[in-house]
Amino acid sequence: MRPNRRDYLCREELEALQLRRLQETLRRVYHLVPFYRKKFDEAGVRPEDLGSLEDLRRFPFTTKQDLRDHYPFGLLAVPIDQVVRIHSSSGTTGKPTVVAYTEHDLRVWTEVMMRTMLMGGVGPGDVVHNAYGYGLFTGGLGFHYGAEALGAAVVPSSVGFTKRQLMLMRDFGATVLCCTPSYALHLAEVAREEGLDPHRDFKLRAGFFGAEPASEGLRRAVAEAWGLKYFEAYGLSEIIGPGVAASCEYDELHIFEDHFLPEIIDPETGEVLPEGEEGELVFTTLTKQALPLIRYRTRDISRLYREPCRCGRTILRMGRVVGRSDDMLIVSGVNVFPSQVEHVLTKVEGLTPNYVIVVDKRGVLDVLEVWVEVDERIFTGDLGSLENLKHRLEEELANHLFLRARVKLVEPRTLERSMGKAKRVIDRRELEEKLGR
Amino acid sequence: MRSQYAVKQLSVFLENRKGRLKDLTETLYQAGVNIRALALAESAEFGILRLVVDNPEKARSVLSAAGFTVKEQEVFAVEVEDRPGGFYRVVKLLSEADINVDYTYAFVGGGEKAVLIFKVPDADLERALQTLSAGGVKLVEPLFFYGG
Repeated sequence: MRPNRRDYLCREELEALQLRRLQETLRRVYHLVPFYRKKFDEAGVRPEDLGSLEDLRRFPFTTKQDLRDHYPFGLLAVPIDQVVRIHSSSGTTGKPTVVAYTEHDLRVWTEVMMRTMLMGGVGPGDVVHNAYGYGLFTGGLGFHYGAEALGAAVVPSSVGFTKRQLMLMRDFGATVLCCTPSYALHLAEVAREEGLDPHRDFKLRAGFFGAEPASEGLRRAVAEAWGLKYFEAYGLSEIIGPGVAASCEYDELHIFEDHFLPEIIDPETGEVLPEGEEGELVFTTLTKQALPLIRYRTRDISRLYREPCRCGRTILRMGRVVGRSDDMLIVSGVNVFPSQVEHVLTKVEGLTPNYVIVVDKRGVLDVLEVWVEVDERIFTGDLGSLENLKHRLEEELANHLFLRARVKLVEPRTLERSMGKAKRVIDRRELEEKLGR
Repeated sequence: MRSQYAVKQLSVFLENRKGRLKDLTETLYQAGVNIRALALAESAEFGILRLVVDNPEKARSVLSAAGFTVKEQEVFAVEVEDRPGGFYRVVKLLSEADINVDYTYAFVGGGEKAVLIFKVPDADLERALQTLSAGGVKLVEPLFFYGG
């Protein structure tokens, strides 16, 4: 399978294509979606006002709340008889949001998933073990169609039944694994518990991981546990599902910007930030028919880079998502992202990044605790080395967070390990407020 | 001498949480494992239970399966007279050989002899055994524990 030429367009050609598609998208939503017509009118802009890509900053944002307010089909730009698929977001942070696809949208989705998996050279002969959830969640079917279109053999195992998954992966000789990074690590752990060697007894060469943020340490831990090349798949169901961006062989995350136009804004003011600065990632869909979204606020904190990548692709790159503007914790007035904590934990050699952040109130003061699992790779049998580890972690956390955090060492598997997204934060302050204490 | 006298000790990581010691001993009881000697090292929040049992392989596998973090280490045991100076004699020999004792604890049993278990740095284990043997200390073979 040849690489997709859209990944390698010269910037002028790409930007001309984006402008054409953007103008058409704005025209379509203005005429077909009452919500956008009202919003544009209120902001005093019309589709014709867009003469260049930079003019997009004059247009209003779309938020997840807008999707909820128009549940289920209020933002669709096509009649329902053109819709061929309906998915729903995972609803990690509230009521689920509904997304719909026309036949054309599914073709676009398949194309970007092919481009995602081509980063790892997936094709005929590969056995793709797909342990993303099949169903309303976009992960399972997104990877399924991409891998199938590339001619690989897909094992649609979905989530759960970990031991059976391992059996299938081994017996079918899976070469490619698709799942969340925390589940990939869990699979390796269970394999070892079952007396299997993830390197010797399996044939995985590449994996496509996404649907939850992963620190460099977690990515490395997954790659090392299985002896595979780690590829990241970034996406969100509102935009299309997985397939919005994907990492290349040099570990650079490329946005398929001929379909999804990115911007980085200041989450407080909404101002577009200069290139390279950290802020909230915003996407405008350029080719979607059923649910086009204008300047959709992802809440993901990242950056954009325009210089060409070593891999030769000209489509721009985004930095790793360092957090979400809505899962940022404010502890004693200091902003804390769970990803910062994870970064510190995984810096400490040999530590499997399974942890939970617990925020509580003691009197009027916020208290931050990080519970870390002590597994057999950390445990030397020596009390001193555990105390040492605890103090080193506390010191590193204080250095990185500018905040004192207490580290608590806990027994393995005491922390909740979900099949899908790992629950990393327990905010007991919210609980107390809800209980009216 | 190491292969002849090294005794397998299991160290188990325990949170200081209600019921964990009960869970652990229950697991061993149900597997029919007998605890021959034990010591508990603890900090404010967690502890390490050190065990010498009659069947270390079985103990390790049932504890791991029950979700405990277990580490196997090698220690050695000596038999001393149960009277003043018995312990001193052993420690003195090790000290003179510049071998650091990580920790030591006693075998739970009766009689006129006392059995002491020593953990020294792994690299010093062979030398410790030779030093004590040359010093006339009676070393205890692992069979004493494993035999039940």
